[in-house]
Amino acid sequence: MSVPALATRGLAKKFGSLVVASDIEIVLPKGVRYALIGPNGAGKTTLINLITGMLRPDAGQILLDDADITVLPPDQRVRRGLVRTYQINSLFPYLTALESVTLAICERSRAARTWWRQLPAYRHEIDEAYEILVALTLAPVCNRPTRELAYGQQRLLEIALALATRPKVLLLDEPAAGVPREESKELFAAIAGLSQDITVLFIEHDMELVFRFASRVIVMVGGRVLVEGTPHEIATDPRVRAVYLGKATARTVRDQRHG
Amino acid sequence: MALAEKLISPQAYLRSQTRWRPAEIVFWAAALSPYFLFPNYLSLASQIAVSALFALSLDLILGYAGIVSLGHAAFFGIGAYTAGLLSKYGWGEPLSGLALAALAAGIVGYATSFVICRFRHLALIMLTTGFGLLLAELANSAGWLTGGMDGLQGIHTWNLLGYFHFDLYGRTAYGYALAVLFVLFLLARRIIHSPFGLALRGIRENLTRMPAIGAPSLAHMRTIYAIAAAIAGVAGAILAQTTETVSLDSLGFERSAEVVVMLVLGGAGRLYGGLVGAAIFMIARDRFSGVEPQYWYFWIGILLVAVVIFLPNGILGGLAKLTARWSRS
Repeated sequence: MSVPALATRGLAKKFGSLVVASDIEIVLPKGVRYALIGPNGAGKTTLINLITGMLRPDAGQILLDDADITVLPPDQRVRRGLVRTYQINSLFPYLTALESVTLAICERSRAARTWWRQLPAYRHEIDEAYEILVALTLAPVCNRPTRELAYGQQRLLEIALALATRPKVLLLDEPAAGVPREESKELFAAIAGLSQDITVLFIEHDMELVFRFASRVIVMVGGRVLVEGTPHEIATDPRVRAVYLGKATARTVRDQRHG
Repeated sequence: MALAEKLISPQAYLRSQTRWRPAEIVFWAAALSPYFLFPNYLSLASQIAVSALFALSLDLILGYAGIVSLGHAAFFGIGAYTAGLLSKYGWGEPLSGLALAALAAGIVGYATSFVICRFRHLALIMLTTGFGLLLAELANSAGWLTGGMDGLQGIHTWNLLGYFHFDLYGRTAYGYALAVLFVLFLLARRIIHSPFGLALRGIRENLTRMPAIGAPSLAHMRTIYAIAAAIAGVAGAILAQTTETVSLDSLGFERSAEVVVMLVLGGAGRLYGGLVGAAIFMIARDRFSGVEPQYWYFWIGILLVAVVIFLPNGILGGLAKLTARWSRS
C-alpha cells in the first residue's frame, strides 16, 4: 500500500472543558477528493486549523507523506505542500490579484527574501502568477486591488493563492461559501480540474456538490469522526441520517446551512 | 481577443508601479532650493534632512510592515553616540562614521527584533516604548561615556571626503545630509519595490494570512526592523557629526514620539510621507518656537488633530486622493 498523502493519529483538542476534537484518525490517499461534512460546530474548521498548525493539538500526530509534522510551524507546512484556504475571505485588500499571487509564488521560490532586485525582474514568478489567474478566469481583473473584486472572484483568488504554493494536499474550508449556486458549480469545476497529483479535502454543506465532486466523504459530529465512506454509503447510513435530525435529504442539509 | 490586447501585460503593469513619477523629480529638485532661496536656513534644512531620514526609516517598519514603534529614537541615539564617540576618541572621518553607526544600530535592532516582532498592537507599542526608555536611562547613567545631561562634548568632524569643511552656515552639512538622505531613499525605494517589499505589504495587509502562503513573516519583520534601525542610526550619526554634539534627547521618548507625528502628518506607507511630514514639522517648530517658545506644541497638536480627522492617510494621502479625483474629471 502506498504512503498516504496525509494522515492523523489520535488528534485531540480541548478549549477548557469543551472538546473540539477527539481521537481523530483520518487517512487521505494521494490524489483523492474528500468531502468533510457535519453539522455546525462539528469541528470541521477546527480540524483544518489543527492539521495546518494554526492550532496546536493536545495529543496526536499529523503525518504528511509519512513525515511527522505535528510541531512544524504553519509556514513550513505550507512549504512542504500542505495548504489551506479560508472560509471567510482572508486576503490582502490593497494588493492587486496579480501582486497577491506573485507574492505567494515569491515566497515559495524564496525570492521574497531578496530586497535588492525589483519585482518586475522576476519574470518567471509573474508569468506563473498570471497563468494561475488565467486558469481561474481572473486575468481580466488581475491589476485591480483585491477589495474591488466581486465576492465570487475573491473566492477564486483564495484558491489561486493556495495553488501558487504548489500544494500536494489542499484543504478547502467551504470554498463556495456565500457564492451563488450557479457560480459555486463553476468554482467546484475549477477544483475538479486540479491536477490529480493534488489531494483535496473540502468542507461543504451542499450535498449535491459533495456527491458530484467527492469520491469519499468524512462525516464529523461533536469533534469526532462519525463515519467515512463513499458518497453512496454516506447517503444511506442511518447514523448520518440521525445526525441530520432524522431526515437527511440533500434539501434539509442545504436549508440548514442558510437557516 | 480584442479585450486581451487592450489589457496591459502583467509585467508592464508592475514595471509602471516602480517608475519615477514627475512629482518625485520635482520633489528632489525642490530639496536643492534652500541653497538658492534660503541660504540663511541651511542649518535648519540639514536638520530637516536628518529628521526626514529618521522618518523614512520609521516608515519602512510602520508604514510597510505595520510595526508601530514608540521607541525608534533608541536607534537614532545609538547611531548618534557611535559617531560622536568615534569622533571624540580620534576618528572623525564622517562617511566611515556613518557606516559604523549604521552597523551598531542595525545589530542592536536585529537583536531586539527577536522579541519585538513577536508582538502586535498595544503590547508592541509598550515594548518599544519600554526599550527606548531603558536605553535613554542607560545613557543617562553612563555619564562617564556619554557625558550624561551635559551631552557628549569634544566631537570634531573631519572634512567631508577630505575636502569639504563643515562650516558654520551648514552649507556642507546640508549637502551631506541631503546626499545621504537621497542615497538611502533610493535604497528604501528599491526595498519596497522588491519581492521582499511585496511581502512587507502582505504583512501589513493581513499578517495572519501570511503563514498560509508559506511566508516566514517573522523573518521578514526581523530583516526590515534591522534595516530600519540601521537607517535611523545613520540619521542620528549625521546629526552628531554636523552639530558636533550629542545630547540625551537624541534617544529620548520625545524624539520617538515626534518622528511618529511627522510620519502621520505626511502619510505613512508612501515613502515621501516621512520626508514631507519632517519638513512641515521642523519648519513649524522653527516658526512657532520663535513666536511662542513655550507653547509651540499647541500648534503641532492642532495640525495633528486636523490631519488625523480630515486626512486619515496624511497630507500626501489627501493629495493623492485629490489628484485622482482631478484626473478622473
